[in-house]
This record gives sequence, C-alpha cells and structure tokens, in this order.
Amino acid sequence: MTYEIQPIETPSRSRPHLIQMPAVDTPTPTPTAEAKDQAQPKVQIKDLRFYYKTYEALKGINLTLHDKRVTAFIGPSGCGKSTLLRVLNRIYELYPDQRATGEVLVDGQDILDPRQDLNLLRARIGMVFQKPTPFPMSIYDNVAFGVRLYERLGARQLDERVEEALKRAALWDEVKDKLRESGLSLSGGQQQRLCIARAIAVKPEILLLDEPASALDPISTQRIEELIADLKSDYCIVIVTHNMQQAARSSDYTAFMYLGQLVEFDTTETIFTHPKERQTEDYITGRFG
Amino acid sequence: MISIYARRRAANFTIMSLSLLATATGLIVLFLILWSLLRHGVPALSADFFTKDTPAPGNVGGLRNAFYGSFMMTLVGTLVGAPIGILAGTFLAEYARGSHLGQAVRFINDILLSAPSIVIGVFVNEVMVVRMGHFSAWAGAASLAIILVPVVVRTTENMLTLVPASLREAAVALGAPQWKVIVMVVYRAALQGMLTGVMLGVARIAGETAPLLFTAFGNNFWSTNMNAPMANLPMVIFQFALSPYADWQLLAWGGALVITLAILVLNIAARMVANWSSFGK
Repeated sequence: MTYEIQPIETPSRSRPHLIQMPAVDTPTPTPTAEAKDQAQPKVQIKDLRFYYKTYEALKGINLTLHDKRVTAFIGPSGCGKSTLLRVLNRIYELYPDQRATGEVLVDGQDILDPRQDLNLLRARIGMVFQKPTPFPMSIYDNVAFGVRLYERLGARQLDERVEEALKRAALWDEVKDKLRESGLSLSGGQQQRLCIARAIAVKPEILLLDEPASALDPISTQRIEELIADLKSDYCIVIVTHNMQQAARSSDYTAFMYLGQLVEFDTTETIFTHPKERQTEDYITGRFG
Repeated sequence: MISIYARRRAANFTIMSLSLLATATGLIVLFLILWSLLRHGVPALSADFFTKDTPAPGNVGGLRNAFYGSFMMTLVGTLVGAPIGILAGTFLAEYARGSHLGQAVRFINDILLSAPSIVIGVFVNEVMVVRMGHFSAWAGAASLAIILVPVVVRTTENMLTLVPASLREAAVALGAPQWKVIVMVVYRAALQGMLTGVMLGVARIAGETAPLLFTAFGNNFWSTNMNAPMANLPMVIFQFALSPYADWQLLAWGGALVITLAILVLNIAARMVANWSSFGK
C-alpha cells in the first residue's frame, strides 16, 4: 500500500481548546454505541496498585480494555499512565524495587500471578517505546528477532513474515532494497516504524504504545496514526499519549488519569465532548496539566 | 555582570591551557619512545632476526624462539582469560547490578587489577611450577591469564553498563529470555568497547615480564613444548638490554620495536573487525 503525504490537519498545540472531534477530519468512524456493543473485553484491570519502593504510583485502578479497539491513556506527566502500560506486560519486573498488586485479567487469566511465565506473556503482548529502539543488527534481523524466538520458520516463510510486518508498518517500500543494512541507519520515524514492524511480526494479541510518536515529526506522526487505525482491526491497542489531538484522532476509548488514579474512562467521543468530571474537562481544554 | 563573564573566560582559558599542556606532555613522551624504538630497532631487523634463535654473545642469531613463546603464551592467556573476564563482567553488569555480592566481586576485582604482577608470578610459581616440578609455558600462560581477567572484567562491565536500558526493555518486551537479550542485543551494542577492553588486556600481558620470570623461565633454544620452559620477548629484552654486548642490545631494541608494532597492528585490526561487524551506523 502506498501513502501519499497529505497536509496535516493537526491543530496548533498552543491552542488546545480549539480541538475538533476527529469525525470532522479523518475517515475513521467515530466510536459510539457500536463500539460498546460489539467489542469483546480483552483486559480487565481490578484494583491495581503499583509501588516504586514505597511510593504508590497507581492507587487502585479498575479498567476494561476492549479487543480490536484503541484505548488512549491521557493525563499530565507523572499521573501513572506509562506505569499502567508497563504493568500490562510486566516489564517493570526488570527493576527489583517495583511491584504491583491487584488483578490484571487477560482473557480471564491473571497475569500478575507469580506463576505466569514472563517471556511467554511478553510474546503475546507487543510494546513500542517512546524513543525508537532498533537493535544493532540489520533491518531484516530486527524484524525477525522476535519471530525467531518462538517459531521455527523456513527461510521463505520468515522472509514472508518480515515482508508482511514491514508492509503493515508502512516501511516496506522504503527498506525493501536494503534489508541487510543496519537498523540504525534509518531516520527516527523509520526506526519507530521498524520497531512497530518488529512488534507486530510476532503476531501479538495486544499492542502497547508508549508515546510512540512523541519523538517524531508531524509527517511520521501521521503515518504512525494511520498505522494504528489499520492495525486496530486485529489487535487490542493501548496508547499512552501527551498529545490530546492524537488521543482524539486515533482512539475509541480514552482513560484520563491524574495522580495515580483513573479519573474518568469512557468512549473518546464522550471524554472529548461531554466529560463528566471537571478535572477531565480542564485537562483536555488545556486549563491545567 | 561583565566582571563575572571576564572571570569565567579567564577560568576557561586556564583550564584549557592546562589540558592542552597535559595532552602535549603525554604525546611528546609517546613520540620520543616511538622515535627511539624506530631509530635503534630498525637496524636490528633482518632475515636472521626472525628465523634464528637467541644466540650466545658474538654469534649470529635472532629472536624466533622468543617471538613464538610470547605469541603462544599471550594467545593461551587470552583464550583462557578473556572468556572468564567477559562472563564475570557480564555477571556484574547484567545480573548483580546493585547487589551486595556484585559490590564485593567488584571490590575484589579492583584489588586484583592493581596487584603487582610479580605477586601473581610468585603465586603461579607456588601453585603450578612447584607442584609440577618444573617451569613451563602453561604456567606462564596461566599467570598472564590472571593478569588479563580483571582488566577485561572492568571494561566489560563498564561497556555493558553504557548500553541504554531502553534497548534491554525492547528485547525483553518481545519475550526474549535474559540470556538472549544479553548475547544477541546487549553484546552487539557493546561489542566495540568490549573488544577494546580485551585488546587493552592483550597489550598489557604481551609486555609483562615479572610474572614470566617465575613461570615460563625463558629458554635459549627453539621449543614448542608448552609443558617446558619457553622463551619470551619481554624477558629476552630485559636480559639482552642490560647485557654489555652490543649485538644483544641491538636484538633487544629490535624485539621492543616488534612487540610495540604487533600491539599496534592488533589494535587496528580489532577495531576494523568491530566496525565491520557491529552495525554501528
């Protein structure tokens, strides 16, 4: 598929109160009752608390994430949205001072159970980080890395899988002639799409995006958002973002967090048009945060 | 305001001058050494120099046996010491970061790093030479390996620590087990630095004299038996340079030149290999 570079309709960051709803300017259908009706719950978070040493960063979160939908976590810095994302694949376990209590049910199974195999869990749940993190190896090997961990594919099948992932990440046309070159040779936006290709090549069930476009220019950002819209049909996607327009444009559900608590969770349309909480309204209109 | 700025400029100038002076001093000394090595060493280079063994004073000879001995003992010492050092450095950086055991190991490693090499020679003499009943190249290689290990541990740990946590997280997030994260991602990212560390270690042991005195002992004849005393460059240089014979002194200069150039070539080669294989931009 090819992407034409189109004029960017991102409203000015300095005047967030002028945000328009995405229905006006993107082809994505607005998530309304339809989303509520058909989407299956994929992840159920129950009374989740998170601690950095003794500091409580998440104070009892209850939240349901739907399959084949995009859920955005928004909120000011330090509100715990990235922390919440990092609980979902238990990557926080890399750091001994961090721990979580409560329940996170993925397809009904509690992934916080100490008996949960972490490697297998993470193979099911892909993650893309704020800064692009290409591995110091070729573009091809970057994408094949995760696939090789859990599948024994023949050379042809692996080639196909890599091509498929790069195509879905809208990177194939730019790299198909230099798959053996270093992943580090790509531009920032290309590196980030490479990381997305790497994450979807293993066919995960859930995709966690931690501010995936915050280090990118507007054109790369638009491509990533188009990508999210495209990937939505297959995955349960969670995106952490500081960019209100991005949340409005690309998500079906939005969770507003503040000081470690989930203040409000609803369809994106409701959050951005008739938020129930005063704090939510203040935040999305730029009056605080 | 202006006076603060003027003072700052003066301070900047002072620090910059001192840094330049220090750099110049180091470089001048280095070039003096290289110059005298070339001036005295080049006349020693001849076919005999590489093909004949250490002679008696006044006879024609070369340093073939010493070259071979140094090469073999450095090679074996590196093959034994580098993997131990890399694995121990990996343990410190990847598995024991911040733990009490890690701190203890790091402290002990620093002591080993600064231990006088002659002490290590005496130690290996006691543990290997005395038990085996004779000097041997194996004992020489063992003492060199012991000197190499702490150097490699230190540089490996430092280089691995420099690899950003985000790269580890990215690999872990794909479901990679820790050993694969380390071997396939972290090592690749740190390859150049780690290789430099091993090269520093090799350069260090290639020129060590004291530990070989008690272990390899030296040998004026051609020998490839690792279980017997073996000639080596540093000891021959030491012995010949201090002798009153002009021909021996000439050989010592030649040996010193060759050992220096060999380390230079080794370093350049290692850098090229690392550049070629690490995908660094």
